[in-house]
Amino acid sequence: MSDELANPLGEIWVYLSATPLLWLTATLAAYLIGFTLFERLRRNPVVQPVAVAVAILVVVLLASGTDYDTYFDGAQFVHFLLGPATVALAVPLYAQAKRVKRSLLPMAAALLAGSFTAAASALAIALMLGASRESILSLAPKSVTTPVAMGIAEKIGGLPSLTAVLVILTGIVGAMTATPLLNLLGLKDHAARGFAVGVASHGIGTARAFQVSELAGAFAGIAMGLNALATAIIVPLLVRVLG
Amino acid sequence: MITALTILLTCQLAGEIAVRLVGLPVPGPVAGMVFLLAGMALYGRIPQILRDTATGLLSHLSLLFVPAGVGVILHFERIGTEWLALTAALLLSTWATIAVSALVFTGVSKRVGAGDPDEADIP
Repeated sequence: MSDELANPLGEIWVYLSATPLLWLTATLAAYLIGFTLFERLRRNPVVQPVAVAVAILVVVLLASGTDYDTYFDGAQFVHFLLGPATVALAVPLYAQAKRVKRSLLPMAAALLAGSFTAAASALAIALMLGASRESILSLAPKSVTTPVAMGIAEKIGGLPSLTAVLVILTGIVGAMTATPLLNLLGLKDHAARGFAVGVASHGIGTARAFQVSELAGAFAGIAMGLNALATAIIVPLLVRVLG
Repeated sequence: MITALTILLTCQLAGEIAVRLVGLPVPGPVAGMVFLLAGMALYGRIPQILRDTATGLLSHLSLLFVPAGVGVILHFERIGTEWLALTAALLLSTWATIAVSALVFTGVSKRVGAGDPDEADIP
Protein backbone atom coordinates (compact mmCIF):
# COMPACT_ATOMS: atom_id res chain seq x y z
CA MET A 1 0.00 0.00 0.00
CA SER A 2 1.39 3.41 -0.94
CA ASP A 3 1.84 6.13 1.67
CA GLU A 4 -0.73 8.34 -0.01
CA LEU A 5 -3.38 5.70 0.44
CA ALA A 6 -2.20 4.46 3.82
CA ASN A 7 -2.20 7.85 5.52
CA PRO A 8 -5.82 8.89 5.07
CA LEU A 9 -6.96 5.38 5.98
CA GLY A 10 -4.69 5.46 8.98
CA GLU A 11 -6.10 8.82 10.02
CA ILE A 12 -9.66 7.59 9.70
CA TRP A 13 -8.77 4.55 11.80
CA VAL A 14 -7.17 6.74 14.48
CA TYR A 15 -10.30 8.87 14.58
CA LEU A 16 -12.75 5.95 14.63
CA SER A 17 -10.89 3.90 17.19
CA ALA A 18 -11.00 6.84 19.60
CA THR A 19 -14.78 7.32 19.47
CA PRO A 20 -17.46 5.07 20.94
CA LEU A 21 -19.25 5.00 17.57
CA LEU A 22 -17.18 2.26 15.96
CA TRP A 23 -17.48 -0.43 18.63
CA LEU A 24 -21.07 0.41 19.46
CA THR A 25 -21.96 -0.10 15.79
CA ALA A 26 -19.84 -3.24 15.59
CA THR A 27 -21.63 -4.72 18.62
CA LEU A 28 -25.07 -4.14 17.10
CA ALA A 29 -23.97 -5.38 13.67
CA ALA A 30 -22.40 -8.56 15.10
CA TYR A 31 -25.56 -9.31 17.06
CA LEU A 32 -27.68 -8.68 13.97
CA ILE A 33 -25.60 -11.20 12.02
CA GLY A 34 -26.12 -13.72 14.85
CA PHE A 35 -29.84 -13.01 14.99
CA THR A 36 -30.27 -13.29 11.21
CA LEU A 37 -28.48 -16.63 11.28
CA PHE A 38 -30.77 -17.77 14.10
CA GLU A 39 -33.88 -16.76 12.10
CA ARG A 40 -32.57 -18.39 8.90
CA LEU A 41 -32.00 -21.67 10.75
CA ARG A 42 -35.63 -21.66 11.92
CA ARG A 43 -34.87 -20.34 15.39
CA ASN A 44 -32.79 -23.36 16.31
CA PRO A 45 -31.66 -22.66 19.92
CA VAL A 46 -28.22 -24.11 19.13
CA VAL A 47 -27.47 -20.93 17.16
CA GLN A 48 -27.37 -18.39 19.97
CA PRO A 49 -27.11 -14.83 18.57
CA VAL A 50 -25.06 -13.77 21.60
CA ALA A 51 -22.50 -16.56 21.00
CA VAL A 52 -22.19 -15.70 17.32
CA ALA A 53 -21.80 -11.99 18.15
CA VAL A 54 -19.12 -12.59 20.77
CA ALA A 55 -17.17 -14.86 18.39
CA ILE A 56 -17.28 -12.30 15.58
CA LEU A 57 -16.23 -9.43 17.85
CA VAL A 58 -13.37 -11.39 19.42
CA VAL A 59 -11.97 -12.16 15.97
CA VAL A 60 -12.33 -8.52 14.88
CA LEU A 61 -10.68 -7.19 18.06
CA LEU A 62 -7.77 -9.63 17.77
CA ALA A 63 -7.31 -8.93 14.05
CA SER A 64 -7.34 -5.15 14.55
CA GLY A 65 -5.20 -5.26 17.70
CA THR A 66 -7.87 -3.46 19.72
CA ASP A 67 -7.84 -3.95 23.48
CA TYR A 68 -10.95 -4.71 25.53
CA ASP A 69 -11.03 -1.34 27.30
CA THR A 70 -11.20 0.49 23.96
CA TYR A 71 -13.94 -1.85 22.80
CA PHE A 72 -15.90 -1.41 26.02
CA ASP A 73 -15.80 2.40 25.76
CA GLY A 74 -18.17 2.00 22.82
CA ALA A 75 -20.04 -1.11 23.91
CA GLN A 76 -20.83 0.22 27.38
CA PHE A 77 -23.98 1.90 26.04
CA VAL A 78 -25.40 -1.52 25.22
CA HIS A 79 -24.14 -2.95 28.52
CA PHE A 80 -25.86 -0.12 30.39
CA LEU A 81 -29.29 -1.16 29.07
CA LEU A 82 -29.12 -4.33 31.21
CA GLY A 83 -30.39 -2.18 34.10
CA PRO A 84 -33.55 -0.76 32.47
CA ALA A 85 -34.20 -4.16 30.84
CA THR A 86 -34.19 -5.80 34.27
CA VAL A 87 -36.71 -3.19 35.47
CA ALA A 88 -38.82 -3.87 32.35
CA LEU A 89 -39.22 -7.52 33.43
CA ALA A 90 -41.95 -6.19 35.73
CA VAL A 91 -44.22 -5.83 32.67
CA PRO A 92 -44.51 -9.52 31.63
CA LEU A 93 -44.50 -10.40 35.32
CA TYR A 94 -47.52 -8.19 35.96
CA ALA A 95 -49.25 -9.56 32.87
CA GLN A 96 -48.92 -13.07 34.37
CA ALA A 97 -49.71 -11.96 37.93
CA LYS A 98 -52.62 -14.38 38.38
CA ARG A 99 -50.52 -17.41 37.56
CA VAL A 100 -47.54 -16.11 39.55
CA LYS A 101 -49.70 -15.67 42.68
CA ARG A 102 -50.91 -19.25 42.41
CA SER A 103 -47.34 -20.52 42.10
CA LEU A 104 -45.68 -18.81 45.07
CA LEU A 105 -44.90 -22.04 46.90
CA PRO A 106 -43.49 -23.98 43.91
CA MET A 107 -41.42 -20.89 43.06
CA ALA A 108 -39.93 -20.59 46.54
CA ALA A 109 -39.03 -24.29 46.66
CA ALA A 110 -37.57 -24.35 43.14
CA LEU A 111 -35.59 -21.16 43.82
CA LEU A 112 -33.92 -22.52 46.95
CA ALA A 113 -33.17 -25.92 45.40
CA GLY A 114 -31.99 -24.44 42.10
CA SER A 115 -29.87 -21.66 43.53
CA PHE A 116 -28.11 -24.08 45.90
CA THR A 117 -27.59 -26.64 43.11
CA ALA A 118 -26.12 -24.00 40.79
CA ALA A 119 -23.48 -22.80 43.25
CA ALA A 120 -22.70 -26.08 45.04
CA SER A 121 -22.39 -28.24 41.90
CA ALA A 122 -20.17 -25.70 40.13
CA LEU A 123 -17.89 -25.44 43.18
CA ALA A 124 -17.75 -29.22 43.64
CA ILE A 125 -17.02 -30.07 40.00
CA ALA A 126 -14.36 -27.39 39.58
CA LEU A 127 -12.74 -28.41 42.87
CA MET A 128 -12.65 -32.09 41.88
CA LEU A 129 -11.13 -31.32 38.48
CA GLY A 130 -8.39 -29.22 40.03
CA ALA A 131 -9.31 -25.71 38.91
CA SER A 132 -7.43 -22.84 40.54
CA ARG A 133 -8.91 -21.15 43.59
CA GLU A 134 -9.59 -17.93 41.67
CA SER A 135 -11.43 -19.80 38.93
CA ILE A 136 -13.52 -21.77 41.43
CA LEU A 137 -14.56 -18.62 43.27
CA SER A 138 -15.30 -16.88 39.96
CA LEU A 139 -17.55 -19.80 38.97
CA ALA A 140 -19.74 -19.80 42.09
CA PRO A 141 -22.15 -16.98 41.09
CA LYS A 142 -22.28 -18.02 37.38
CA SER A 143 -26.08 -18.44 37.24
CA VAL A 144 -27.04 -14.85 38.06
CA THR A 145 -27.12 -11.83 35.81
CA THR A 146 -23.78 -10.15 35.00
CA PRO A 147 -23.64 -7.07 37.27
CA VAL A 148 -24.84 -9.03 40.31
CA ALA A 149 -22.49 -11.97 39.67
CA MET A 150 -19.52 -9.61 39.30
CA GLY A 151 -20.38 -7.97 42.62
CA ILE A 152 -20.56 -11.35 44.38
CA ALA A 153 -17.29 -12.54 42.80
CA GLU A 154 -15.51 -9.46 44.03
CA LYS A 155 -16.81 -10.00 47.56
CA ILE A 156 -15.66 -13.64 47.80
CA GLY A 157 -12.26 -13.19 46.11
CA GLY A 158 -12.98 -14.24 42.53
CA LEU A 159 -12.13 -12.29 39.38
CA PRO A 160 -15.14 -10.16 38.35
CA SER A 161 -14.18 -10.00 34.66
CA LEU A 162 -13.74 -13.80 34.53
CA THR A 163 -17.10 -14.20 36.28
CA ALA A 164 -18.74 -12.03 33.61
CA VAL A 165 -17.47 -14.40 30.92
CA LEU A 166 -18.54 -17.52 32.84
CA VAL A 167 -21.96 -15.96 33.37
CA ILE A 168 -22.41 -15.39 29.64
CA LEU A 169 -21.21 -18.93 28.83
CA THR A 170 -23.66 -20.34 31.40
CA GLY A 171 -26.44 -18.33 29.77
CA ILE A 172 -25.52 -19.65 26.34
CA VAL A 173 -25.39 -23.27 27.57
CA GLY A 174 -28.79 -22.88 29.25
CA ALA A 175 -30.41 -21.23 26.25
CA MET A 176 -29.05 -23.86 23.84
CA THR A 177 -29.89 -26.95 25.85
CA ALA A 178 -32.88 -26.17 28.08
CA THR A 179 -35.56 -27.14 25.54
CA PRO A 180 -34.21 -30.64 24.75
CA LEU A 181 -33.31 -31.25 28.41
CA LEU A 182 -36.78 -30.31 29.68
CA ASN A 183 -38.41 -32.37 26.93
CA LEU A 184 -36.27 -35.32 28.03
CA LEU A 185 -37.60 -34.87 31.58
CA GLY A 186 -41.14 -34.84 30.18
CA LEU A 187 -42.08 -31.50 31.78
CA LYS A 188 -44.82 -29.60 29.96
CA ASP A 189 -45.72 -26.75 32.33
CA HIS A 190 -44.35 -23.57 30.77
CA ALA A 191 -44.22 -21.89 34.18
CA ALA A 192 -41.91 -24.62 35.55
CA ARG A 193 -39.82 -24.70 32.37
CA GLY A 194 -39.38 -20.94 32.26
CA PHE A 195 -38.61 -20.71 35.95
CA ALA A 196 -35.91 -23.40 35.73
CA VAL A 197 -34.22 -21.67 32.78
CA GLY A 198 -34.31 -18.32 34.60
CA VAL A 199 -32.73 -19.78 37.75
CA ALA A 200 -29.97 -21.59 35.83
CA SER A 201 -29.15 -19.11 33.11
CA HIS A 202 -30.42 -15.60 33.99
CA GLY A 203 -31.13 -13.09 31.19
CA ILE A 204 -29.87 -15.14 28.24
CA GLY A 205 -32.07 -18.04 29.38
CA THR A 206 -34.91 -15.56 29.90
CA ALA A 207 -34.49 -14.24 26.36
CA ARG A 208 -34.77 -17.84 25.14
CA ALA A 209 -37.86 -18.44 27.31
CA PHE A 210 -39.60 -15.39 25.80
CA GLN A 211 -39.05 -16.94 22.36
CA VAL A 212 -41.06 -19.95 23.53
CA SER A 213 -43.97 -18.20 25.26
CA GLU A 214 -44.85 -15.14 27.32
CA LEU A 215 -45.70 -17.40 30.27
CA ALA A 216 -42.28 -19.09 30.17
CA GLY A 217 -40.60 -15.70 29.75
CA ALA A 218 -42.44 -14.14 32.69
CA PHE A 219 -41.46 -17.00 34.99
CA ALA A 220 -37.87 -16.95 33.72
CA GLY A 221 -37.72 -13.21 34.43
CA ILE A 222 -38.98 -13.56 37.97
CA ALA A 223 -36.61 -16.50 38.57
CA MET A 224 -33.70 -14.40 37.33
CA GLY A 225 -34.62 -11.58 39.71
CA LEU A 226 -35.18 -13.87 42.69
CA ASN A 227 -32.02 -15.86 42.04
CA ALA A 228 -29.95 -12.68 42.03
CA LEU A 229 -31.18 -12.21 45.58
CA ALA A 230 -30.82 -15.86 46.66
CA THR A 231 -27.32 -16.26 45.19
CA ALA A 232 -26.10 -13.07 46.87
CA ILE A 233 -26.94 -14.76 50.17
CA ILE A 234 -26.14 -18.44 49.43
CA VAL A 235 -22.77 -18.13 47.66
CA PRO A 236 -20.86 -16.21 50.38
CA LEU A 237 -22.25 -18.66 52.99
CA LEU A 238 -21.25 -21.68 50.90
CA VAL A 239 -17.75 -20.32 50.32
CA ARG A 240 -17.32 -19.69 54.04
CA VAL A 241 -18.43 -23.25 54.88
CA LEU A 242 -16.02 -24.74 52.32
CA GLY A 243 -13.21 -22.50 53.53
CA MET B 1 -40.86 5.69 24.01
CA ILE B 2 -39.30 8.59 25.94
CA THR B 3 -42.04 8.35 28.57
CA ALA B 4 -41.50 4.62 28.94
CA LEU B 5 -37.70 4.96 29.14
CA THR B 6 -38.10 7.69 31.75
CA ILE B 7 -40.35 5.43 33.81
CA LEU B 8 -37.86 2.55 33.56
CA LEU B 9 -34.84 4.70 34.44
CA THR B 10 -36.67 6.40 37.31
CA CYS B 11 -37.55 3.00 38.79
CA GLN B 12 -33.94 1.87 38.40
CA LEU B 13 -32.67 5.05 40.04
CA ALA B 14 -35.13 4.64 42.91
CA GLY B 15 -33.99 1.02 43.21
CA GLU B 16 -30.30 1.96 43.36
CA ILE B 17 -31.01 4.58 46.02
CA ALA B 18 -33.24 2.24 48.05
CA VAL B 19 -30.76 -0.67 48.20
CA ARG B 20 -28.00 1.68 49.33
CA LEU B 21 -30.16 3.38 51.95
CA VAL B 22 -31.38 0.10 53.45
CA GLY B 23 -28.22 -1.93 52.74
CA LEU B 24 -30.08 -4.74 50.94
CA PRO B 25 -28.09 -7.47 49.15
CA VAL B 26 -30.40 -7.04 46.10
CA PRO B 27 -29.07 -5.34 42.98
CA GLY B 28 -30.60 -1.93 42.29
CA PRO B 29 -32.37 -2.88 39.02
CA VAL B 30 -34.11 -5.80 40.77
CA ALA B 31 -35.43 -3.39 43.42
CA GLY B 32 -36.44 -1.11 40.52
CA MET B 33 -38.42 -4.00 39.02
CA VAL B 34 -40.29 -4.36 42.33
CA PHE B 35 -41.06 -0.62 42.31
CA LEU B 36 -42.43 -0.79 38.76
CA LEU B 37 -44.52 -3.81 39.71
CA ALA B 38 -45.94 -1.90 42.69
CA GLY B 39 -46.62 1.10 40.45
CA MET B 40 -48.58 -0.99 37.95
CA ALA B 41 -50.49 -2.68 40.78
CA LEU B 42 -51.55 0.78 42.03
CA TYR B 43 -52.39 1.95 38.49
CA GLY B 44 -54.36 -1.23 37.90
CA ARG B 45 -53.01 -2.08 34.44
CA ILE B 46 -49.99 -1.90 32.15
CA PRO B 47 -49.77 1.42 30.24
CA GLN B 48 -49.61 0.65 26.51
CA ILE B 49 -46.43 2.70 25.87
CA LEU B 50 -44.66 0.84 28.66
CA ARG B 51 -45.77 -2.52 27.28
CA ASP B 52 -44.41 -1.66 23.82
CA THR B 53 -41.02 -0.45 25.07
CA ALA B 54 -40.64 -3.34 27.53
CA THR B 55 -41.47 -5.87 24.82
CA GLY B 56 -38.95 -4.23 22.47
CA LEU B 57 -36.20 -4.19 25.09
CA LEU B 58 -36.85 -7.76 26.26
CA SER B 59 -37.17 -9.30 22.82
CA HIS B 60 -33.45 -8.67 22.32
CA LEU B 61 -32.35 -9.12 25.90
CA SER B 62 -29.41 -11.32 24.90
CA LEU B 63 -27.86 -8.46 22.87
CA LEU B 64 -27.20 -6.66 26.15
CA PHE B 65 -24.86 -9.46 27.29
CA VAL B 66 -22.58 -9.20 24.26
CA PRO B 67 -20.18 -6.50 25.64
CA ALA B 68 -19.50 -8.49 28.84
CA GLY B 69 -19.14 -11.69 26.81
CA VAL B 70 -16.43 -10.18 24.62
CA GLY B 71 -14.44 -9.92 27.88
CA VAL B 72 -13.51 -13.56 27.19
CA ILE B 73 -10.61 -11.98 25.30
CA LEU B 74 -8.99 -11.11 28.64
CA HIS B 75 -9.03 -14.71 29.87
CA PHE B 76 -7.87 -16.88 26.97
CA GLU B 77 -4.77 -18.03 28.85
CA ARG B 78 -6.63 -19.17 31.95
CA ILE B 79 -9.36 -20.84 29.89
CA GLY B 80 -6.64 -22.60 27.89
CA THR B 81 -5.08 -24.19 30.95
CA GLU B 82 -8.30 -24.88 32.90
CA TRP B 83 -10.70 -25.60 30.05
CA LEU B 84 -11.64 -29.09 31.23
CA ALA B 85 -12.65 -28.08 34.76
CA LEU B 86 -14.42 -24.93 33.56
CA THR B 87 -16.30 -26.66 30.74
CA ALA B 88 -17.37 -29.59 32.92
CA ALA B 89 -18.49 -27.27 35.72
CA LEU B 90 -20.45 -25.00 33.37
CA LEU B 91 -22.22 -27.79 31.47
CA LEU B 92 -23.01 -30.19 34.32
CA SER B 93 -23.91 -27.49 36.82
CA THR B 94 -26.23 -25.71 34.39
CA TRP B 95 -27.99 -28.95 33.44
CA ALA B 96 -28.31 -30.00 37.09
CA THR B 97 -29.74 -26.59 37.98
CA ILE B 98 -32.34 -26.65 35.20
CA ALA B 99 -33.39 -30.22 36.04
CA VAL B 100 -33.56 -29.68 39.82
CA SER B 101 -35.47 -26.37 39.55
CA ALA B 102 -38.00 -27.69 37.04
CA LEU B 103 -38.59 -30.96 38.89
CA VAL B 104 -38.98 -29.25 42.28
CA PHE B 105 -41.34 -26.64 40.77
CA THR B 106 -43.50 -29.32 39.15
CA GLY B 107 -43.44 -31.57 42.23
CA VAL B 108 -44.53 -28.83 44.63
CA SER B 109 -47.09 -27.54 42.09
CA LYS B 110 -48.80 -30.92 41.98
CA ARG B 111 -48.78 -31.20 45.75
CA VAL B 112 -50.41 -27.82 46.37
CA GLY B 113 -52.58 -27.93 43.24
CA ALA B 114 -51.05 -24.85 41.63
CA GLY B 115 -49.87 -26.65 38.55
CA ASP B 116 -52.72 -27.37 36.14
CA PRO B 117 -50.33 -27.17 33.18
CA ASP B 118 -53.16 -27.87 30.79
CA GLU B 119 -55.04 -24.73 31.72
CA ALA B 120 -54.66 -22.19 28.93
CA ASP B 121 -52.85 -19.33 30.59
CA ILE B 122 -50.85 -18.53 27.50
CA PRO B 123 -52.43 -15.57 25.73
